[in-house]
Amino acid sequence: MTLARRIIPCLDTDGERVVKGVNFTRLRDAGDPAELAARYNAEGADELVVLDIAASRDRRPTFVETIRRTAAELSIPLTAGGGIRNLADACAVIDAGADKVTVNTAAVLRPQILAELAGEFGSQAVVLAIDAKSTGSDWQVMTRGGRDATGLNALDWAQRAVQLGAGEILLTSVDRDGTQSGFDVPLTAAISRAVHVPVIASGGAKLPAHFAEIFDQGLADAALAASIFHDGVQSLRGLKQYLSERGIPVRWPC
Amino acid sequence: MKFTLIDYGAGNMASLERALRRLGAESERVSRPEQILSARALLLPGVGHYAALIRALDGRDLRSALLDAIRRGVPLLGICLGLQVLFQSSEEAPELGGLGLLRGAVRALPACAKLPHMGWNQICVERESRLLAGIAPGTHFYFAHSYAALAVPACPEMTAQCVYAAPFIAAVELGNLFGVQFHPEKSGAAGERVLRNYMELAA
Repeated sequence: MTLARRIIPCLDTDGERVVKGVNFTRLRDAGDPAELAARYNAEGADELVVLDIAASRDRRPTFVETIRRTAAELSIPLTAGGGIRNLADACAVIDAGADKVTVNTAAVLRPQILAELAGEFGSQAVVLAIDAKSTGSDWQVMTRGGRDATGLNALDWAQRAVQLGAGEILLTSVDRDGTQSGFDVPLTAAISRAVHVPVIASGGAKLPAHFAEIFDQGLADAALAASIFHDGVQSLRGLKQYLSERGIPVRWPC
Repeated sequence: MKFTLIDYGAGNMASLERALRRLGAESERVSRPEQILSARALLLPGVGHYAALIRALDGRDLRSALLDAIRRGVPLLGICLGLQVLFQSSEEAPELGGLGLLRGAVRALPACAKLPHMGWNQICVERESRLLAGIAPGTHFYFAHSYAALAVPACPEMTAQCVYAAPFIAAVELGNLFGVQFHPEKSGAAGERVLRNYMELAA
């Protein structure tokens, strides 16, 4: 009996439609979130993340409705995030059917939000998203989709967030995101060693070997990818079979 | 078939309701003791803190109604925290007594592994069980918890165990009382099978 490494498709939305970008910019339409969710649910996704990357306040109700429609298609856990600024925003997506919420900028601006969310929903429902960029010697936390430097050290921030109540870390390598050149192994391994909660690696996936590497050497508990699944570059079934054949514990068959 | 869901004002009940609907079952959320008296089949879902669930049950005067329903033979399925409160106590809130329907205490999972225990893990079915009928050995279910009823010392009501840092109880069954530490409503086809089994045995 071993806890399976999770494969998590991510739907980046403009609130309503799935969009995708390269290095957080240049967006194009990639489909309906509920339709993609149903497909990934059937194909063996272990979990689904849906993000509102536009995160504009006036389109908030649209995103909550997107979460409702997406959750209705799933028999696996759902994480929602993007633009969650307070308890009320989090309540809205949880009530709509999300099991967990992910916060990024809001937690950097006001770390106490992590404690508030954990107090309300439990740590297992609180995912801290960290966008990290290499400085050469270590990694710095970025916000606003990787554009703004915060001056925070990623390892310090991860540890502090876990103390406050984050139950999981969604770690995106700003350097690797959209490059399809593989996950950031040193970054992920460093964060995974620094905290005692599960770490989801994100950014840079293309090949099955990238996933094997991030589980084996990057010590990731889960790996997230978006466009390679949307484009059919990589099937969930094929990926899980590949990992299973290499002795990496996955939920397969499922 | 209509299920009565104990609503104590926390967590995501929507996924459980949707899963029941997919199986063709109706459900209603209840939060008053008199609503439990007329229940045919009970579900006690739960996420979050043990103390919040116990305080909510006692604050709404639901404890005695639940115990009374179980004594009368009404089936109850506790999910996750809903399983944990069936025991006598929990390390998460030692000052608050559990429902005490099962002997033993809920403990923190040993911190030698990452916590929460979050994700898909395999269960090992230990004995014949109506709730787990048709579940193949090694089937994965979705877990999200940091506390558990440990499988040592032996619990005669345990029907399946899981190992994460320590062996713990994944499922229990005692007459009309059932509990699972995993989330059947988020466990894909395997979870649907467990809910369908509960629906059939409660019918």
